[in-house]
Amino acid sequence: MEQMVNVYLFGKHYEVPESLTIMEAMEYAGYQLVRGCGCRNGFCGACATIYRIAGDRELKGCLACSTKVENNMYVATLPFFPLVKEVYDIEQVKPTEQIMMQLYPEIYACVGCNACTKACTQGLDVMQYIAYAQRGEYEKCAEESFDCVMCGVCSARCPAGISHPQVAMLARRLNGKYLAPHCDHLDDRIREIRDGKFIPLIESLMGKSIEEMQELYNSREIEK
Amino acid sequence: MYLDPVIQASAEKVAAARAENVKLDPRRMTAEEKDQLLRTYHPDYREDQFQILQAGPNRGDKVPHELADLLQARSRVIPGDIDLTRADYDVDVLVIGGGGAGTSAAIEAHEAGASVMVVTKLRMGDANTMMAEGGIQAADKPNDSPAQHFLDAYGGGHFAAQKDLLSKLVTEAPEAIAWLSGLGVEFDKAPDGTMITTHGGGTSRKRMHAAKDYSGAEIMRTLRDEALNREIPVVDFTAAMELVLDENGRCAGAVLMNMETRQLKLARARTVILATGGAGRLHYQGFPTSNHYGATADGLILGYRAGARLLYADTLQYHPTGAAFPAQIFGALVTEKVRSVGAMLINANGEAFMNPLETRDVSAASIIRECSDRGNGVKTPAGSAVWLDTPMIELKHGKGAIEKRIPAMMRMFGKYGIDIRVDPILVYPTLHYQNGGLHISADGQTDVENLFAAGEVVGGIHGRNRLMGNSLLDIIVFGRSAGRNAAQKSRSVQPGTLTLDHVERFHQALEEAGVHTGHLSPKLLPTYNSLGKDF
Repeated sequence: MEQMVNVYLFGKHYEVPESLTIMEAMEYAGYQLVRGCGCRNGFCGACATIYRIAGDRELKGCLACSTKVENNMYVATLPFFPLVKEVYDIEQVKPTEQIMMQLYPEIYACVGCNACTKACTQGLDVMQYIAYAQRGEYEKCAEESFDCVMCGVCSARCPAGISHPQVAMLARRLNGKYLAPHCDHLDDRIREIRDGKFIPLIESLMGKSIEEMQELYNSREIEK
Repeated sequence: MYLDPVIQASAEKVAAARAENVKLDPRRMTAEEKDQLLRTYHPDYREDQFQILQAGPNRGDKVPHELADLLQARSRVIPGDIDLTRADYDVDVLVIGGGGAGTSAAIEAHEAGASVMVVTKLRMGDANTMMAEGGIQAADKPNDSPAQHFLDAYGGGHFAAQKDLLSKLVTEAPEAIAWLSGLGVEFDKAPDGTMITTHGGGTSRKRMHAAKDYSGAEIMRTLRDEALNREIPVVDFTAAMELVLDENGRCAGAVLMNMETRQLKLARARTVILATGGAGRLHYQGFPTSNHYGATADGLILGYRAGARLLYADTLQYHPTGAAFPAQIFGALVTEKVRSVGAMLINANGEAFMNPLETRDVSAASIIRECSDRGNGVKTPAGSAVWLDTPMIELKHGKGAIEKRIPAMMRMFGKYGIDIRVDPILVYPTLHYQNGGLHISADGQTDVENLFAAGEVVGGIHGRNRLMGNSLLDIIVFGRSAGRNAAQKSRSVQPGTLTLDHVERFHQALEEAGVHTGHLSPKLLPTYNSLGKDF
């Protein structure tokens, strides 16, 4: 018999096997999840959750899909958090400090409490990436925030009302579009395709018999 | 360090052999060896796992039991439940599904000036796109060409792909990358802007573009942000329950259901795009899956009932490297990029038993053979597995390479105390992708007029096996194209009278065929609660 632990889902007591994740514990308890369940593997941020272990003062943030239950864990899921998402035209904005001041001025009200970083379910240095955003250092902000799954637990803990994931989203798009080095070989290839350079080759492949294609495929050279 | 002594003893053999194994480049299998291997070990060849459809457009074709049960189930919508003369939503283009294909389609339909609405049964971005890790293919390097890409994909798919679709896929690939770059997607690049590209299983050129190992997540969150910037209406937590047709049999909208209140709504549209994704959560043959919670084949069911034919619905992709240990991540995807950047597949005795970059179906079959008849698997609590020797990556590329190139994998295993820089990881095939799906023509339209489809719900682009990196590519190429074409088509559509008569006719066909599955479909969500109650 597997070792059982006591968990309190929204305050209600259940006994569940200790090997389960919080999400599996909810299903073990009989929940049919609709909200708060997405990729079930730490990529989509649907299952933001806060919990406290009885006797512990610290409130922790996690993803329910990838956090194991602990004994005397009090759990509340946070399947939606009202983040502020400002609308902008990616073709019109410029990657300067100005745009953050305009769209997300609350980032300059950061009090440096670091609650966002402590709450991050991905272990990111959230306060640091907000600092980069404040300074218009979007490349650094993009790199530091890259693994963000936009679950919103950081924002739930922020006394300044910052929507960190949306700030980082803007920084990454600015970096990807305007600051990252331009790829010339991609332009060249698109031009060649538009000029019809590969049409004869592809058409000749499409006209071949299966046997001819098998021969070509099985003897093709593979780049080392 | 593994606590299980048997696993740890085997891990030590892998570590001891690493310095020699890392120098190897195991030969590729011959075509004959691959055929024999697939026939003997690939799950698609287990005849007892399939049945013949008795009704509908694919009557006489075989599909997995689990899919047949839903394709031949009765509708969840009872006639009379909804008034078809009063639409709650009225748009030019209705997009069903909020993943990569649906969102790309919505953006392009909007760009083309159509009024467009997205409905999704969970949230926009809750999709397999978000979980695609490894990358996206495009032949944009000087030593490569779309023709070479075509050859790799056509051969890898066992010469079964629908050629016009595959030609479109490879020809429009570079443009797809440029479009994503222009939206701000952060591809891995060298300081001079050259794309950092690697091999995937079955590629003959290094054309896998990536955004670390969050490639799909980076693409999905950017597309979602763009759709929100355009203020395209997204009706979330709302599932499509049935397509509605007009009196001439053309698609003209859908019956929707709020997933929380279960209230039915009617959406009327001039054209409809089905972009509902795959079916991993049907757990074919009892396999675990790498798929999203909502991957329950809904689009196949809706399209089929409305008269759309399926292509290759009997071929599934089992990703060779699903996590086999620990239990909490059983079946989760271990991206093929781990092999692209240098990790090899090693058996329980520390032997490199195959070239790690064979195509997915061949790799999966080879791992199943190693764990079954050959008896070279590592015994795990859930069954048997082989090693993916991750520490090799840093032997080849230096310290720090794992954190830089595959941070998501490092985090996924790190949460359970496994440091993939130090210890190898245990893998076994996991249900990953639906190779087959709705048949479309090159404009993205199904056999039902005004019903378009894009993404994993489509069959035929990849033939009977898909290469890594061609799915993120197909959702962008065919998603965009469906959006543009559906918008264009919507301009000439004269709205008609809405009907669900096709559902009635389908029910009659089931009766005549004597099929009684006892199920209702679409399934919408898997049944994981301990009470065993379906959603």
